[in-house]
Amino acid sequence: MATELAHTSPPETWSPIFGRLTWDWIPYHEPILVGTFAAIALGGLAVLILMTKFRLWGPFWHDWVTTIDHKKIGIMYMALGFIMFVRGFADAIMMRAQQAMAAGGAEGYLPPHHFDQVFTAHGVIMIFFVAMAFITGIMNYVMPLQIGARDVAFPFLNNFSFWMTVAGAILVNLSLFIGEFARVGWLAFPPLSGASFSTGPGMDYYLWSLQIAGIGTTLSGINMVATILKMRAPGMRLFDMPIFAWTTLCTNFLIVAAFPVLTATLTMLTLDRYIGTHFFTNDMGGNAMMYVNLIWIWGHPEVYILILPIFGVFSEIVATFSGKPIFGYKTMVWATACIMVLSFVVWLHHFFTMGSGASVNAFFGITTMIIAVPTGVKVFNWIFTMYKGSVRMETPMLWTIGFIVTFTIGGMTGVLLAVPPVDFQLHNTLFLIAHFHNVIIGGVVFGVYAAVSYWWPKAFGFKLDDTWMRRSFWLWFVGFYFAFMPLYALGLMGVTRRMNAYMDTAWQIYFIVAAFGAVLILGGIACGFIGGFVSVVNRKKLACGPDPWNARTLDWATQSPVAPYNFPEDVQVTGRDMFWKMKEQGFKWSGHFHDIHMPKGTSSGIVLAAMATVFGFAMIWYMWWLAIISFIGCVAYGIAHTFNYDRDFYIPAKDVEANEAKDALA
Amino acid sequence: MSDHSHSSGSHGTFGSLMTGFGLAGVLTLIPFGLVMFDPGWSRNLMIGLIMGLGGLQVLVHLVYFLHLNSSSEEGWTLSATIFAIVILVIVLAGSLWVMHNMNVNMMPMTDGNMGGVPDLPAAGSGHGGHE
Repeated sequence: MATELAHTSPPETWSPIFGRLTWDWIPYHEPILVGTFAAIALGGLAVLILMTKFRLWGPFWHDWVTTIDHKKIGIMYMALGFIMFVRGFADAIMMRAQQAMAAGGAEGYLPPHHFDQVFTAHGVIMIFFVAMAFITGIMNYVMPLQIGARDVAFPFLNNFSFWMTVAGAILVNLSLFIGEFARVGWLAFPPLSGASFSTGPGMDYYLWSLQIAGIGTTLSGINMVATILKMRAPGMRLFDMPIFAWTTLCTNFLIVAAFPVLTATLTMLTLDRYIGTHFFTNDMGGNAMMYVNLIWIWGHPEVYILILPIFGVFSEIVATFSGKPIFGYKTMVWATACIMVLSFVVWLHHFFTMGSGASVNAFFGITTMIIAVPTGVKVFNWIFTMYKGSVRMETPMLWTIGFIVTFTIGGMTGVLLAVPPVDFQLHNTLFLIAHFHNVIIGGVVFGVYAAVSYWWPKAFGFKLDDTWMRRSFWLWFVGFYFAFMPLYALGLMGVTRRMNAYMDTAWQIYFIVAAFGAVLILGGIACGFIGGFVSVVNRKKLACGPDPWNARTLDWATQSPVAPYNFPEDVQVTGRDMFWKMKEQGFKWSGHFHDIHMPKGTSSGIVLAAMATVFGFAMIWYMWWLAIISFIGCVAYGIAHTFNYDRDFYIPAKDVEANEAKDALA
Repeated sequence: MSDHSHSSGSHGTFGSLMTGFGLAGVLTLIPFGLVMFDPGWSRNLMIGLIMGLGGLQVLVHLVYFLHLNSSSEEGWTLSATIFAIVILVIVLAGSLWVMHNMNVNMMPMTDGNMGGVPDLPAAGSGHGGHE
């Protein structure tokens, strides 16, 4: 009890200028946070000095911050994803260490109020700012290349979407050092997340960071749907598109359909907290269960938003490294489309135990089992693609096979959980935690590593260091099983999730094994970063041509790294696996190039997102004057931007010619 | 890399726009009339009628003002609309079913224990944001 009482929130005060922000909210008395802050401040300072010394501010601003090139925005999404991944993984390893220690009366080192923030931040960061950033980055980089386009349909919107996501990420990280983060679990169910039980700014950090990042996600979804429907290369029918482009299309349909539900739900919770409405309280006809229902109507499609593009990534990799067209192209497309629709009729399996009757639970149990069918179809398609192919075991293929094995296990435990009576036993236990990490790490994380090692040569012109990337794979793969198989066992013993400490010392050995697995994963992450660093150092030796893997799709018809204009001239598409066809026919660019019409970079995206960050911060701390000013600023600047007609330029034909000739020599 | 022309998007004729305007007007006046000159029908029937007319109104807007038909944009506008309607129906009908079912299965409650927040020591100062 002592530790629980040790935490007292600063008193609720309000002043017109600083709202409820007082010095008491700066956690200078918590050594872990002060240490983290010092490390980040020193690291940040070092980066600032180095960038100034090497005069990188100009190029950073012109080539990256204000760019509307889909390839650079894609790379920035990946960078954001990896930075936030380090933060999210730090949370994970803190939890593993705490639970490995806090058995049989021991308290560990994290007091409950801190532990609760850690697991909330871990979930929020890993889903919204790691997984979402990764898949958006991959889709941004690869999809326009695969459909033979020069950019996305709305290039400025793309830049704006990215910076809004960054704005959300900044707010989440700000909560570490100014105030606190929510202590409510990643989906913030009321009444716990309501005004009565979550006082202080933590829950408001959650709401505003997700709302601001959510604007970016929704807009980028619209952008990519429009890109695929309107900007395919001449002659490319939908059924000529690579599987990855198909999964991107379905994913972004899901984003456009599902994210407004999240926005509306969080808006209602915000109104409950800020102006005393009663959508999710028991007073005045509100109902907290409605929040659970609504958030999972978004939440279930969300997990398919994360995994569908990854299915696409693996489809490209399997086909390339087996030297065969993907097995069952049309069943792959239809399986993706079925998953897209079915993902909207399974949400109740997240709350079988909330009190629905047998008929409702049975319906959603059955739909959940049905959705495993199209996923199973895909697994068989990948296996049949490899069957009798000349499979090359390069790193992307290694991740793919690791994925097929791991994801299948995760899928089977998912079907187990879909049986309502079983779920009544396992709901809220570590079995569930093991299940979804099994599919998200085995699926999304392995997929991101596979995608990075596969498309890295396209993005930078050299391969990743093979030795270090293999080390990374094996540490991740083995580490995953060490970290999560014990959680399945613990879950079957009835151990609930989100426990700060426990009395039964018989559980401790399982938690210690899980912590050991987390250390192996840490090694895998470290090897990945070392591999990236070593590859950059040895980039001359690792340099490769535009088509290092002997690939099949149009993205590989470009230069490596891809020229700003992607393709020097339109490609006439005549069927699937177009690049393979072009290679068979000995395709060469005509050499008679035209001026290429391109969109111009703009700083509007980052300016708007900066004002949105200030707005979010002001709303969190009740600084009404600042909120009003920044909100008006956002709207006014957004309108002013629409009057900017200086948006395009031409790349002269002779520059294109020179650039293409340079590649021919290499 | 595709043509940026608007060849497929028709903006409707004067006649079709006026038809839409007329239909929208009628579909607005009927529910207002039902409320203002209460015909004494049952409450459920009234709600059903008004919601149904609202649904028709949405369709009129889609067809006459947003020019939804099976030929524009290679049929994509129609398929996207059907997808949106399917999702809407799933979300609305599903939520109603789920929440109704939960209410039916709920333990009977008296007014006393439904009254929101129990008296916790920490909850007293909690209602931040009411300044």
